[in-house]
Amino acid sequence: MLKLKNISITFNEGTPDEKKALADINLDLEQGEFVTVIGSNGAGKSTLMNVVSGNLIPDLGDVIIDGKQVVHMPEYKRSRFIGRVFQDPMAGTAPSMTIEENLAMAFSRTKKRRLRSGVTKKRKEMFKEHLSTLNLGLEDRLTAKVGFLSGGERQALSLLMTTFTEPNILLLDEHTAALDPSRAALITNLTDDVVRKSGLTTLMVTHNMQQALDLGTRLIMMDKGQIILDVSGEEKQKLTIEDLLHEFQRIRGKQFESDRAVLN
Amino acid sequence: MISMFGAVESGVIYALMALGVYLTFRVLDFPDLTVDGSFVTGASVAAISIMNGIPPIIATLFAAIAGFIAGCVTGLLHTKGKINALLSGILMMTALYSINLRIMGQPTSSLLNEPTVFTQLESVWAKTGIDSFFNGILSFFGAEQLPATWSIVCLMIVVTLVIKLVTDYYLKTEVGLALRAIGDNKKMIRSLSANTDTLTIVGVGLSNGLVALSGGLIAQNGGFADVNMGIGMIVIGLASVIIGEALFSTKTIGRATLAVIGGAIIYRIIVTLALEVEFLDTGDMKLITALIVIVALVTPKMLQVRKEKRRRILKRQQLDRQIRGNQNSA
Repeated sequence: MLKLKNISITFNEGTPDEKKALADINLDLEQGEFVTVIGSNGAGKSTLMNVVSGNLIPDLGDVIIDGKQVVHMPEYKRSRFIGRVFQDPMAGTAPSMTIEENLAMAFSRTKKRRLRSGVTKKRKEMFKEHLSTLNLGLEDRLTAKVGFLSGGERQALSLLMTTFTEPNILLLDEHTAALDPSRAALITNLTDDVVRKSGLTTLMVTHNMQQALDLGTRLIMMDKGQIILDVSGEEKQKLTIEDLLHEFQRIRGKQFESDRAVLN
Repeated sequence: MISMFGAVESGVIYALMALGVYLTFRVLDFPDLTVDGSFVTGASVAAISIMNGIPPIIATLFAAIAGFIAGCVTGLLHTKGKINALLSGILMMTALYSINLRIMGQPTSSLLNEPTVFTQLESVWAKTGIDSFFNGILSFFGAEQLPATWSIVCLMIVVTLVIKLVTDYYLKTEVGLALRAIGDNKKMIRSLSANTDTLTIVGVGLSNGLVALSGGLIAQNGGFADVNMGIGMIVIGLASVIIGEALFSTKTIGRATLAVIGGAIIYRIIVTLALEVEFLDTGDMKLITALIVIVALVTPKMLQVRKEKRRRILKRQQLDRQIRGNQNSA
């Protein structure tokens, strides 16, 4: 479903700040595969997401979605195939517009926008049905402005807006990192549910190793722009945080330096 | 009384310009200063078209199209040229000054002996007897001076309301929702496959189309187009939007656009009242406008702070009493 071939990208080339963000990355995601990506700050996780979403064009390499080469397709066109949830709960919704209007905009992601009513009676029913799966009571607040919702509610809504149109690729960019533990757990559960139910091909970046182990069917670890560990299937099921830290030390021969990773 | 009537009459025409400003400033969050130029573009295109024998209605349409194109150029400068929004508007406004002079070939064009949409309507209107009906009511209430015609105000109310309703509908369509999201959360709507560049260009174009339409109608109403008639127009538009928002509810799109129209009319009334003060003359208008905008911007915030302060004091007293009550009972 998603194929990355020989992706390389260097920032600030030719200056003292030169940084090889991604070095010859190859990654192949099967339909329905759920990959969690971990790695310390600056490992290239976000760059990888941005290359897939079209926010960044790599210096070299191909991005192939569903057999189509999309590496030069602008972000807005590519988002027909890609659904994205951001780390910032405020980033995925329009605050001064209502819940139903936000959902209507998300509903138009996969098709051409026309001069016809965005929120129709029929769509409202559909929106309500989808909202009720969140169990947050949002289905009774269709005409409430999204700005009045809490961070957790907004992130749940963002997740729903991204997934209910079943994107070919789902990108989750540390989407629970800015929430308190209970809200984060709620979003994690919702993510697990929806990915399982719709069989979405998913790439999730996280700093939380436990979350990376609990979720998904495959785990990759990145460091210095490279994929240094790639486990899936039963092997991943058996993996523990200890194993991960140990593995990292073995491969890189040094302490796992990310404070956040240790704290988690 | 008669000057009030004139204020409402021109207020309804300027309301179209204010709707345009609302589209950029509020909906797109794009502070577009093209308005000062595109208003005159509308006026000069309408004037020159009429002087060349084009039917006034078509001439008015040309005015709107010219404004649309001017706005699209501003949008292009901003999105494709990556020029700051304010600066692209200023650049376009400056360029339009020369273009407007070229369109007219002279600084002022008179329409006094030409047909306009209003004079054409009046000739039909006179037969209907609506004027004598309204004037009858007015004189019943003791008005001495009576308006010459009600046709302009009636026509413009209908036209402005129709445009308002079309705008409301447009902003609720799939395209319109995406347009609104640009001013609200650009990153999000791009991740939802909307081409923000094209939407911005069209949005600024539509806004200036309305502004130029208003300019074309003002020229026909006043009987002339002048290359300087657009100076300060953006502040007038902004004043209308802000006054409307301060006085009326803006909960839904429909109410917000209605508030803007109301704001435009009230702005004209305020200016008319101000000019009746003896030591003020027409040259002071711009100062008055700027003051109105400042007052309309500052007052709601001051009121909010005072309200909050009063609420806190009350709450504190209430809590004090409760605590004392608890201590007494304990």
